[in-house]
Amino acid sequence: MAVKRTPLHDAHAALGARFVEFGGWEMPVQYSGIIDEHTAVRTRAGLFDVSHMGEIEIAGPAAFDTCQQLTVNDVARLHDGEAQYSLLCLPNGGVVDDIMVHRLAVDRYLFCVNASNADGDFGWMHEHRGNAAVINRSNDFALLALQGPRATAILARLTTLPLDRIAPFGFAEGEITGQHALVAHTGYTGEDGWEIYCAPDRVRIVWDRLLEVGAKDGLVPCGLGARDTLRLERCLPLYGHELTTETTPLEAGLGWVVRLNKGEFIGGDALREQKRRGLARKLVGFELTEAGIPRQGYPIVDDGNVIGCVTSGTKSPTLGKAIGLGYVPAASANVGTKLAIEIRGRRVAAVTVQLPFYRRS
Amino acid sequence: MEFPEDLKYSKEHEWVLVEGDVATIGITDYAQEQLGDIVFVELPAVGDKAGKDEAFSVVESVKAVSDVYAPVSGKVLEVNDDLPDSPEMLNEDPYGDGWMVKIEMSDKTDLDDLMTSAEYEEFVAQEKE
Repeated sequence: MAVKRTPLHDAHAALGARFVEFGGWEMPVQYSGIIDEHTAVRTRAGLFDVSHMGEIEIAGPAAFDTCQQLTVNDVARLHDGEAQYSLLCLPNGGVVDDIMVHRLAVDRYLFCVNASNADGDFGWMHEHRGNAAVINRSNDFALLALQGPRATAILARLTTLPLDRIAPFGFAEGEITGQHALVAHTGYTGEDGWEIYCAPDRVRIVWDRLLEVGAKDGLVPCGLGARDTLRLERCLPLYGHELTTETTPLEAGLGWVVRLNKGEFIGGDALREQKRRGLARKLVGFELTEAGIPRQGYPIVDDGNVIGCVTSGTKSPTLGKAIGLGYVPAASANVGTKLAIEIRGRRVAAVTVQLPFYRRS
Repeated sequence: MEFPEDLKYSKEHEWVLVEGDVATIGITDYAQEQLGDIVFVELPAVGDKAGKDEAFSVVESVKAVSDVYAPVSGKVLEVNDDLPDSPEMLNEDPYGDGWMVKIEMSDKTDLDDLMTSAEYEEFVAQEKE
């Protein structure tokens, strides 16, 4: 299958981006450098092209019921113009994908899904559509993420939308630099920011104008490299790492997303049963206390025995420490547990820590 | 991008400075640029044996782990002890303060497989295409 490109590919190349394949897409991994871009988002602002993400709409009089069946969060908590983080689960509680659900209207919901899962999600949602229509709208949208403490001030220069009245997880439709867009007060970096859904043939105008009017605030284009280190510091899970069909949301520490009492939904029985019996394993965060960098797949060792596996790891640009996430038995999951990470056959000391690693003040 | 003329270069993007039987080794400007921000370096111990084309060191960028291969065989005479605490020197000064190891060569014919500055520049230009 051919690797896909976003409508901004030429813009990225002109900015000196280095590209990487991710989820079937050729995406910018960095421009000036991951640490530079990471720091820009933490202290000023960064602009990401995340047009590889998929969009799927559930529509019709039965849309609400279908959304409740398909997702673990409670769609009844949403009003028009509100979004919620949620998950699609298998009947056994394994995770199909993590998603954002936007209520466009009482009978229309827009799901934003991971690029690598977009086709699979669409198939899954279509199979479980009930009496609602499931429409793959991925080709209708490009998606930008404007993130960082200066993001709102920058965006306000290009829109008449009342950004100060859009609460976190709220969204509104309006114009940005004259282009129709859906602007959501959401993100994946741990900073304040916005995600901007607009037409693929208009996104270049929005991208260029944002970079232009944000330059004086220190806005820079950012790639998937910084997106990954930013989300990891804030402990936002990444599908294929912390979340897979082999892990449940409860094990991943996402119990707050799962509304076990909302009524029937796919995976509900298995998750209620898992909660009743208690968790055998949990996702933990750790720091290395010796030199090294944890990476996905490295074994986690306790008292000489391999007890788990690293799901994500990096050298945290904000904290200057080597940090990671991984699954361990519940007995080893308490904060302060001394563990080791096996790196190229060598055991490197680590200690479990309170999550998230980073939270904005 | 720099390609100092007094150095020899490997296809794995290491450089070699030859002084008698001693080869000083590091990664090239092109290699550090491709790797991006380098945040961790693992070096061999003094006295370790290095085998030509075998991994003798590991460098890690924010995103990825990469082996560094020995362009020549021999014994490790000296390592750059400043690198583990300042891995960014590999980005900032790859041909100077970012040197990695000095190897006492066991077979100087290993050098015959290496490229000159001009050849390496051409090699990089082709790799970029």
